[in-house]
Amino acid sequence: MTTAPEQHDAADPSPHALTVLGGGVMGVGISTLALGHGLPVHLVDLDRTRLDRARDRIADELRLAQLLGALPPATTPGELSTGTVLDAAALATAVVEAITENAELKAEVLAEVSALVRPGTPLITNTSSIPVDELAGAVARPAELVGTHFMNPPYLIRTAEVIRGPRTGEPTLAAVAALLAALRRETVLVQDAPGFVTSRILHPMINDAARVVQQGTATVEAVDTLMQGCLGHPTGPLRTADLIGLDNLVDSLQVLYERTGDEGCRPCELLLNLVRQGRHGRKSGSGFYDYH
Amino acid sequence: MTDQHTSTDAVESELLDFLAGQTRSRWEPETDLFAAGGLSSLFAMQLVVHLEKSYGIAIRGADLRLDNFRSARLMSALVRRLQAAQSDGLDG
Repeated sequence: MTTAPEQHDAADPSPHALTVLGGGVMGVGISTLALGHGLPVHLVDLDRTRLDRARDRIADELRLAQLLGALPPATTPGELSTGTVLDAAALATAVVEAITENAELKAEVLAEVSALVRPGTPLITNTSSIPVDELAGAVARPAELVGTHFMNPPYLIRTAEVIRGPRTGEPTLAAVAALLAALRRETVLVQDAPGFVTSRILHPMINDAARVVQQGTATVEAVDTLMQGCLGHPTGPLRTADLIGLDNLVDSLQVLYERTGDEGCRPCELLLNLVRQGRHGRKSGSGFYDYH
Repeated sequence: MTDQHTSTDAVESELLDFLAGQTRSRWEPETDLFAAGGLSSLFAMQLVVHLEKSYGIAIRGADLRLDNFRSARLMSALVRRLQAAQSDGLDG
């Protein structure tokens, strides 16, 4: 099922008030998307330093989004507040969990936040690969848990994958559809599975691209040039990997490998080496490419 | 007017050097940097930051759009316009 984005009416005050959990790359990107569409956002991270850095990055990304014409015209950005505790989630109309790609940590945070929110508030776990139903047991009302998989950066990519867990309720799906329509995203609803659709296809492909480099068949640049020039990939898989974050990619591949047994999902040595060296992609200044 | 033109050329020339340093290739003043086969549009933000730091201008509102950064010549014109607005006390 797909839904089309709605027209944004700048005159109406937003009926949405988001709490976003996690001040990493995706938390910053999702906050930027929401703020740029006029929604108020409360961003939570346990680490005050990271939260301060996230605030600066959101300011920069709002400018980038405006520069690239990704925001609705004549819309005043929503108000951003930040905090290191979850309490403010009690006032949210929706909570987006965007912490690190670790099922145990996600379950822990979602359990805590589900005890605070008003019944009927959708809890949205943003994940690239962890099945929603693995987390549903941790929350007070499993019908209110739904998955999204925003691509990075969410304000530039118009389509988002929405994942319906076996226990996700219709009202939750409707609430998430309304929220994503307010953010002018096209949504595609899929069923629950490790990696859903996009990661299940893309991540083993990136792993293969890295393996091709590892085996000396071609350089990083050659792989991306061929995938762009011959197959129409917009950036090439290894540039995409740098944008995803190689640490996140390895985490996601591990999730896929552990749950599917597919050898193609076992992270290759080159990827693991880059992560060990702290080369996590664009966000760290280098990965397959150098961004300094 | 002569001074103004000299200044514009100097900005354009500096920008072409900056682009060469960042992209390891030379660009013509009117080449569209973001056309097919050119730079990623994400690079445009680096150009915004560079212009603001180098020329003491603030690029905001309707000026913050990709079309102003498509070539060294367009960026040079933007710098000149914002500097003139600032010196006229019109920058708000």
